[in-house]
Amino acid sequence: MTTVGLVCIGLLAVTGSLCLVRIVRGPTTLDRTVATDVFVAATSGAIGIEAAIGRHTTTLPIIVTLSLVGFLGSVSIARFAARDDGPSERTARDRKGRS
Amino acid sequence: MIDVVAGIFLVTGAVLALAAAIALVRFPDVFSRMHAATKPQTLGLICILVGLALRLQSVAAVTTIVLIIAFQLLTAPVASHMVGRASHRIGLLDTDRLSRNDLDD
Repeated sequence: MTTVGLVCIGLLAVTGSLCLVRIVRGPTTLDRTVATDVFVAATSGAIGIEAAIGRHTTTLPIIVTLSLVGFLGSVSIARFAARDDGPSERTARDRKGRS
Repeated sequence: MIDVVAGIFLVTGAVLALAAAIALVRFPDVFSRMHAATKPQTLGLICILVGLALRLQSVAAVTTIVLIIAFQLLTAPVASHMVGRASHRIGLLDTDRLSRNDLDD
C-alpha cells in the first residue's frame, strides 16, 4: 500500500505542477478557472488517497468543503468574466461588428 | 485482495488527473481544455473515493463518500456549463474549426 501511495502522490504532484503552469500562462481568466477546477479536483484526490493510505476518516469533511468551494468559485468567476475588459472583449466586439 | 482492488482504483484516479493536466497544457483553447478537465472532476474523484471506501469499510465513511460523489456529479456539469457559456459570450469560440455551430446567433 505504501508503494501505491508513493506512485499516486508522484502522479498528483506532476498534475498540480502542470495545472499551475496553465494557471500562470493561461491567456484568459476562463482558462485559469478551468485549470483551478482541475487543481481542486487533484487536491481532493490527494486528500482522499492520504486517507486511504492511513485508513482514517478525519479528512473526509475537508473533501466535501473543497468540492463546495471549488463549485462556488468557478461559477462566480464565470459570471464575473462575462464583463471582463481585455483582449477577449475586443474579439467579441469584432465578431459583433462583422455580423 | 481488497487492498489490491483499492490500490488499482486509487492509481486509476491519479492517472486520470494526470491525463487531464497534460491536456490542460497541450490543448489549444478553452473548450477542448474543458473537455479534458471534466475527467478528474467526476470519474477520477469517483475512482479515488471508491478505493477509499474499499479501504475504510465503515458505514459512516461510505455515507460521506456517497454524499461527496453525488455533490460532485451535481455541481461539475453546472460549473462547466457556466464557464462554457461565459467563454462563448465573450467570443473565445473559434468558429472556423467547427463543422456546425448550434449557438450561432
